[in-house]
Amino acid sequence: MEKPLKMIIEALLFAADKPLTSRDIHNAFPEFSPADITAALNELIGDYERMERSFMLKEVAQGYQIRTRSDYAPYVLKMLRSSPARLSRAAMETLAIIAYKQPIIRQEIERFRGVDVGGILRTLLEKDLIRIVGRKDLPGRPLVYGTTRKFLEVFDLKDLQSLPKMKEIEELESDEAQPPQQRSESAAEGSGPEEKNPSPPAGEGSSASTD
Amino acid sequence: MDYEVKLEIFEGPLDLLLHLIHKNEVDIFDIPIATITRQYLEYIDMMRALNISVAGDFLIMAATLIHIKSKMLLPGPQDEEEEDPRLEITRPLLEYMQLKEMAQELSEREILGKDVFSRQPPSMQDQLDAEGPRLDVSLFQLMDAFKRIMDQTRSAAELTVQMERWSVKDKAQLIIEHLKERRTLFFHELFSDDHSIPELIVTFLALLDLVHSGLVKAFQPSEGQAIQLKASFTQDMANSEQHHGKTLENDH
Repeated sequence: MEKPLKMIIEALLFAADKPLTSRDIHNAFPEFSPADITAALNELIGDYERMERSFMLKEVAQGYQIRTRSDYAPYVLKMLRSSPARLSRAAMETLAIIAYKQPIIRQEIERFRGVDVGGILRTLLEKDLIRIVGRKDLPGRPLVYGTTRKFLEVFDLKDLQSLPKMKEIEELESDEAQPPQQRSESAAEGSGPEEKNPSPPAGEGSSASTD
Repeated sequence: MDYEVKLEIFEGPLDLLLHLIHKNEVDIFDIPIATITRQYLEYIDMMRALNISVAGDFLIMAATLIHIKSKMLLPGPQDEEEEDPRLEITRPLLEYMQLKEMAQELSEREILGKDVFSRQPPSMQDQLDAEGPRLDVSLFQLMDAFKRIMDQTRSAAELTVQMERWSVKDKAQLIIEHLKERRTLFFHELFSDDHSIPELIVTFLALLDLVHSGLVKAFQPSEGQAIQLKASFTQDMANSEQHHGKTLENDH
């Protein structure tokens, strides 16, 4: 007997171990049109919102995934007895440089940070947050780095275009004029409505050839 | 001194400059180059005195600062169009600040495995810190705090005969023991049992090592407040640390 599309999709999302795209669903059930699938997905997002569930349907890494709401993080963490290892500030900065400036070679990253990033790159590669996208046509054929799909998943990003916009230098200037006590707060507010393009999305790697 | 610690320094010359600009509350577009250069060199001296290996990049920056300083002293051709020599450091500093800002924003997103969870946890989920980022402190802030303690104890401590020899590893273990009991400590409390300058230094190096290996987190509840230390290890990690002082290359 026929089940409603929305419920079928909910079942698929529940059973999936990675974000599902509407194409994934369409490929498995060609009888449903991509438009209907997307509409059903959006309906589910609204349903969970309205029902005030402890979980939500999020669009990440160009797919859809059921995730718990952040209000419930302390409870989930308590059960998982999660280990407190984390990304250090240095690793976060390196990751941000790669995310915004990709494709990028190690020397360029080091030019920004002014320190050796070899160890950090290894950690980020191990955590599958960055990957080697090719080699640059320079002496020594240096490796070119970019971010992974997992990076998008972990940082709640739909795609690279939805990276937070880079704050303009002029805004940093006005920040700098404030007394330091306020500055740390304004830094936490994040970027406002700037219009600068975020960063080159993947596929801009004309200088990088995949080996 | 009978120790040598090769700490991997995650902070670079730009971090140090930003620290100084912040500390002196000066405008990044009008850096008092003489003051900043002098303070910069003092930090380098202190890092060397502590046997923290100073990367070449720090020295290149030192040379750049001195060069800018001399350029500014020279009368030079009073050419209106000539660029402010300080731009040589202002530009990379701004670019770096911009990226730090973005790193901050990224880490404030709803992070999978920290703020939100999916049904099938990717391995990352147990690898990110369970605690939100409070204000982390940098190497240079720790050095400032340490210098204050050194200044306070110098006169008294010099009179004391050094009875015991401490290794960095011993002190690291001691810090871990303290933190197991109390979970958080004030920075200055770490040094309350130290009786000599070498002992203070060994404690400080042990702390730096623990911070860099991620076992201990140094933070400030808010800007300008006393630095505190927090255990960020589980019981198991602390025990395994007991068996191998893995991050220390050399600690006799």
